[in-house]
Amino acid sequence: MAATTPNWLRRSGTALGCVLILAWCLLPVVWIISLSFKSQIAITNGSPGFFPASGDFAGWANYRDVWDNDQFRRAIFNSIGISLIATLLSVAIATLAAYAIARLEFRGKKLVLSMALAFAMFPVVSLVGPLFDMWRTIGLYDSWPGLIIPYMSFTLPLAIWTLSAFFREIPWEMEQAAQVDGATSWQAFRRVIVPLAAPGVFTAAILTFFFAWNDFVFGISLTSTENARPIPASLSFFVGSDPFNRPASLLAAGAVISTIPIIVIVLLFQRKIVAGLTSGAVKG
Amino acid sequence: MKNIVKKYGDGFPAVNDVSIDVADGEFVILVGPSGCGKSTLLRMIVGLEDITSGDMVIGGKRVNDLAPRDRNLAMVFQNYALYPHLTVYENIAFPLRLAKVDDATVDAKVREASKTLELDEHLDRKPGNLSGGQRQRVAMGRAIVRDADAFLFDEPLSNLDAKLRGQMRTEIARLQKRLGITTVYVTHDQTEAMTLGDRVAVLKRGVLQQLATPRELYEKPVNLFVAGFIGSPPMNFLPATVEGPTVTLPFGTVQLPEERARMVADAVERLGVSGPLIAGIRPEHFEDASVLDTERGGSTFRAQVDVVEWLGNQAYAYLPFEAPDEVTEQLAQLERDLDGESLRTQVVVSLDASSGVTAGDEAEIWIDTSSMHLFDPASGANLTVG
Ligand SMILES: Nc1ncnc2c1ncn2[C@@H]1O[C@H](COP(=O)(O)OP(=O)(O)O)[C@@H](O)[C@H]1O
Ligand SMILES: [Mg+2]
Repeated sequence: MAATTPNWLRRSGTALGCVLILAWCLLPVVWIISLSFKSQIAITNGSPGFFPASGDFAGWANYRDVWDNDQFRRAIFNSIGISLIATLLSVAIATLAAYAIARLEFRGKKLVLSMALAFAMFPVVSLVGPLFDMWRTIGLYDSWPGLIIPYMSFTLPLAIWTLSAFFREIPWEMEQAAQVDGATSWQAFRRVIVPLAAPGVFTAAILTFFFAWNDFVFGISLTSTENARPIPASLSFFVGSDPFNRPASLLAAGAVISTIPIIVIVLLFQRKIVAGLTSGAVKG
Repeated sequence: MKNIVKKYGDGFPAVNDVSIDVADGEFVILVGPSGCGKSTLLRMIVGLEDITSGDMVIGGKRVNDLAPRDRNLAMVFQNYALYPHLTVYENIAFPLRLAKVDDATVDAKVREASKTLELDEHLDRKPGNLSGGQRQRVAMGRAIVRDADAFLFDEPLSNLDAKLRGQMRTEIARLQKRLGITTVYVTHDQTEAMTLGDRVAVLKRGVLQQLATPRELYEKPVNLFVAGFIGSPPMNFLPATVEGPTVTLPFGTVQLPEERARMVADAVERLGVSGPLIAGIRPEHFEDASVLDTERGGSTFRAQVDVVEWLGNQAYAYLPFEAPDEVTEQLAQLERDLDGESLRTQVVVSLDASSGVTAGDEAEIWIDTSSMHLFDPASGANLTVG
């Protein structure tokens, strides 16, 4: 089959496929960017073109307006803080847990792993109701920890599974060599194992950050004020100056801004995710 | 090391009642086919494996319960176990950094080690970009940089190609002689064992067979296993019936020297051996009778030559023979122990290069009976060593 297909046909087929998939994925993104540059009036009047018609172009006005909005700035701050803390805690705990799971024999190891998986499979909405009640009683409602904790309960299992797979890949000898060289278990872990598992750690960090950043259900149900409301929830409350006319172009600008941290994080971390870092450790 | 026993979780005795006393500055080799417990034994010395019973004593101190880092031993792993995220320099410096040595001393020591091992131009590279031989030297650098009480090597050369292996072997020998550090070296390669060791310990399925100098192992193996393991090409084993000094081999009868015959007779009586024995003769103790100018001790016999391999400096001839079943069984078992492929019942003889014997000839072969060993088929014990 493959042998009978001409080469150029196959190659242009691949290219066409790529373009289609890209268009499919990127169209909404591009569209929202286009929206964010149109003026409010243009949108209310209906502005079907991709590029703003003459006179409809708003320049950076929408961006400036969103950014000047206190509610929005506060939400960005909440989101960044909550997501970062959830990520850090989750990765730190998961690293230790995954190491134990990969290296040590202890009773209930299988149980821990399957429980973790079970938790990760729980539908988010099923937890919202009980959490709402619990948090109100304990006083965690509408606070940062009130969001960080549920985020972690979903991201930890994922991080543990990812990381324990990474740890298992690291040859035992690395650690034993370190011990013979005079390292304590902790030193061997910190100076040899963790650097070697860095790609895994960063993968887990990105996944965790995504989850926390993109969450909407917890964000909208477990907060009531700007105290802790993260960006996805905040955008849905965003009404702008005129309560009867939802400011679509402002929202679009807000959405674009809120993806920036994600892009920054991915760019920062993806350099660290260098596959095959362990190559060269062993054999000739 | 005294009466070391190691049982793994599944109750399998990987090392059984091994006692080895390694003198200061000595180079001891642990050798045996793969799976015989060499690595396990080495890892017990360094502390990576718990000791089920017995005492591990280093420098007069029992170290059974000490962590690896408290034993001050340096180990080179089979796969080197270099730290891929560190440069060569930092790899070598790693033990010093852990010991909180100050930077100036670290630098001096690392540079000294790298000079010894000719790693100077690679210090800033990562192990992943080095060749096998260079990685091997980095691993050794990491071992020699700290003044450890002993070096432990676990098959350090098995990942290198044949040429490099020869070079590194000499290198290790030179290094050890120069530093004069006690060394325990694990290998499954009998050539390495013979060339490097002051003394060699041969292990079989976790049991120590013989601990002796290479020469003694070669000339006076205590049993069939050691005899078959040491030497290349390996010793030939033939069924033999002994009556006084007369030994009947499949090719004919040969005469044992008087002293050897007496030794065998004594041993047979002492151990209560009955039935046919197994004769062990190394290839070089045969010769083409026609190239021997003067009459020497020993006997000759005639045999059909199957194949001749001429190597320039010598030739190997293969002589097939018929073996009775009871002995074949024992020899097949031995071959399995030695990790070898199934043995064809043939004798390999090493001939002088000037020998004109060709395949298909019937040749007159001389045999040096004073170097012939006789083994008890049941226990494998060598009846010709005192
Ligand atoms: N962790 C382990 N658990 C159980 N058995 C083991 C373990 N490690 C090694 N063994 C067994 O112990 C024996 C000796 O192993 P080893 O010391 O690695 O042999 P080698 O002489 O080839 O280095 C082998 O038969 C192996 O199957
Ligand atoms: Mg081994």
